[in-house]
Amino acid sequence: MSDQSWLDYIPLLLEGAALTIIVTFISMIGGTSIGIILAIMKISSSKLLQGCANTYGGLVRGLPLLVQILLVYFALPALTGVRMPAVVAGTAAITLFTGAFMAEIIRSGIQSVDRGQMEAGRSIGFGHWQTMRLVIWPQAFWVMLPNMVNQFSITLKDTSLLSVIGVVELTMAGERIYTMNFDTIRVLAMVGVIYLIIYLFAERVAAWLERRVSA
Amino acid sequence: MISAKDVHKSFGSLEVLKGVDLTVSPGEVVCLIGASGSGKTTFLRCFNGLEMADKGEIIIGDTPLLAPATDINKVRQRIGMVFQQFNLFNHLSALDNITLGPIRLRRLSKAQAETEARDLLALVGLADRAEAMPRMLSGGQKQRVAIARALAMKPEAMLFDEPTSALDPEMVREVLDVIRNVARGGMTMVIVTHEMGFAREIADRVAFMHAGTIHEIGPPDQVFGAPRERRTQEFLSKIL
Repeated sequence: MSDQSWLDYIPLLLEGAALTIIVTFISMIGGTSIGIILAIMKISSSKLLQGCANTYGGLVRGLPLLVQILLVYFALPALTGVRMPAVVAGTAAITLFTGAFMAEIIRSGIQSVDRGQMEAGRSIGFGHWQTMRLVIWPQAFWVMLPNMVNQFSITLKDTSLLSVIGVVELTMAGERIYTMNFDTIRVLAMVGVIYLIIYLFAERVAAWLERRVSA
Repeated sequence: MISAKDVHKSFGSLEVLKGVDLTVSPGEVVCLIGASGSGKTTFLRCFNGLEMADKGEIIIGDTPLLAPATDINKVRQRIGMVFQQFNLFNHLSALDNITLGPIRLRRLSKAQAETEARDLLALVGLADRAEAMPRMLSGGQKQRVAIARALAMKPEAMLFDEPTSALDPEMVREVLDVIRNVARGGMTMVIVTHEMGFAREIADRVAFMHAGTIHEIGPPDQVFGAPRERRTQEFLSKIL
């Protein structure tokens, strides 16, 4: 048992937490971008685009995320000769993974908006994409938001898998501490509390956004 | 003037329009009546390309709607459309519903668009509801905002697709009053309606649609008072 104060763990844990937050945000932003493109492909009338988007979704959702992280980290350099730092490879893998789930969230959000909204926009003289931007997206966003927060919580926790390829995010930071001093339970409890705080903060931001709009 | 010539439209194997002709003169009000499934809504929607006719010709002013070179968005700006389900933009206030088109498409300044929009809201009797969100409006109020939104584009003609069918009975009148006012202002209009009393009062001509064609057309007194076709007689005897 260590005689160290738990306060001494905080700097390293916060460093890990910072990386966790950064990776989560990049993955969410990148995943949302991929999700928008995939969602547009899914609702397009082209069978080819639909097929591509669905194949992507099937592959990404069918394989364990851990396998995907290892594939991007080990297999991609072997195939292309480009070696990426672990944090880059890991973030890329999580981004690609998140994108497949965001695509479904975005697709169902767009399709939840009544067809009449598109017709009303078009009948005024707006083009398809203009109507999407001015009428459909602003309404779909509020349908998507709770699911996006849910996805945020999943992605946040998924980043812990990056510890496997040596990225010192929050979970790995904790592991580094307790493998040295064996204060395992206390360190893991602190790690857990930090994950929870990040999630609760994101959830409050979303709730605040929603309140502001419905006010 | 808007006109349709030999318009055909199928959904899959179902032929909904089987060669419809109609010419509406400037300032004229034509009411389309007929049973459900007779094609009247589909025909109305062909006039602004919400349904694309498979065959035939649609002329708006002097623009052929179906010609490949025609910018359909430009044509739609010239024709207002009012829907059965109102279709107000749910995320925008009554005022913003009305100003969206004028600001983005007519390139009016926000102030100018809002001045015009407030005048239109006054015209439809909703001057005090400018800031209201659609969910706070009754069906009749929503439909009046929708009419104001269509008028804000300063259209040459207006299409109404069963504008009172989704309304509670006590709200039908306030909407019909607004439509009547617009008609009296000289607007060219095509109205799909089940309100026979209203059609008889407001229409210059009434067209009875049956099985994808205009079966009988004429002044309301003739179509309602002395219909020539047996189908028209049958239809009217069921609903009057």
